[in-house]
Amino acid sequence: MRRSLLFIPGNNPAMLQNSDVFESDAVIFDLEDAVSVTEKDSARNLVSLYLASLKKRVHKEVVVRINGLDTPFYGDDLKAVACGRLDTIMLPKASVTYLRELDSLLGEIERERGLNKKIAVIPIIELAASVLEIEEIAKYPRVNGVLLGAEDLSGDLGVMRTKEGNEIAYPRMRLAYACAAYKIDAIDTPFTDTADGEGLEKDCRYAGNLGFNSKAAIHPNQVPVINSVFVPSQKSIEWALRVEEAARTASRKGLGVFSLDGKMVDKPVISRAAKIIEKARAYGLI
Amino acid sequence: MKRGIAGSLESNDALITVKESDKLNITIKSIVYDFFHTQIEKVIRETLTELGVDKIDVVCDDKGALDYTIKARLVTAVKRMEGGK
Repeated sequence: MRRSLLFIPGNNPAMLQNSDVFESDAVIFDLEDAVSVTEKDSARNLVSLYLASLKKRVHKEVVVRINGLDTPFYGDDLKAVACGRLDTIMLPKASVTYLRELDSLLGEIERERGLNKKIAVIPIIELAASVLEIEEIAKYPRVNGVLLGAEDLSGDLGVMRTKEGNEIAYPRMRLAYACAAYKIDAIDTPFTDTADGEGLEKDCRYAGNLGFNSKAAIHPNQVPVINSVFVPSQKSIEWALRVEEAARTASRKGLGVFSLDGKMVDKPVISRAAKIIEKARAYGLI
Repeated sequence: MKRGIAGSLESNDALITVKESDKLNITIKSIVYDFFHTQIEKVIRETLTELGVDKIDVVCDDKGALDYTIKARLVTAVKRMEGGK
């Protein structure tokens, strides 16, 4: 369960060594867009040795965004970072074909290195063709979340990105449905104006209402806002606890359906309340 | 003469320059020289041993880098020098 995933440029030692203090649910060490072509080797070595230097777990989740499978860099990236400290690989420009290839490579590396864990994958949907494959991508076994990459996607579509995000309404909805169907994280695209906190909060709430449960951040100052939005509100927690209590009472009376505040409460409503309570407990809100 | 450079002069980083040599020569400049030059030299020597390099000229301009950063920059610089980028 994630709320925020913070991108950290892979070739920036100052950001790397402070990456455990930003309170994001995941850190994404970026070997792709944040690193120039001439520095790929340098970033790869730095992230690799940084991970090797960690004596204990200091992040909730370590993700590395490797270079795309359409580049000559991804093989070296994987060999450099696949270790016990790595939880997840982020796959740019995802497609089912690339996902299969990555799955196979990770399987080989896990076997060779005797890793007693299966490295997860977060594919990035950032091509129009990937949008049409979302369902296949979302149900792939290693995949436990899918990120929408709106900047590249709007480039592929040849449209301008806007703060309102109308141009990405369709992929957002499709991604949210696919992730809900396969019970994995729907991760919203980063909000690129790092100075606009109000805009970020509005964008988070909009995505949350569509079914996204988390969002990528490109600056540490975005993390607290994202974390505060992608948790149940106090009002919804109170409502859920009242539903839970009323459901217990109804159950004792042998009732499957009952009324609360004049509104019908049945199994789907009780399930929704249970999910809110579970999430609130997970983040220490109750 | 082959050379390799990696890193930067940004805070918490180190700029490492290596070049071919017929002997081992390590030069360290650091903003925390008085406290850490021994440790920096140790990291450099250990990394060179791991890389199987015993004759090389290394100049490390350190801006407060941690051990793994110095090691990463040195590994990258040596590999660049060797042309195996």
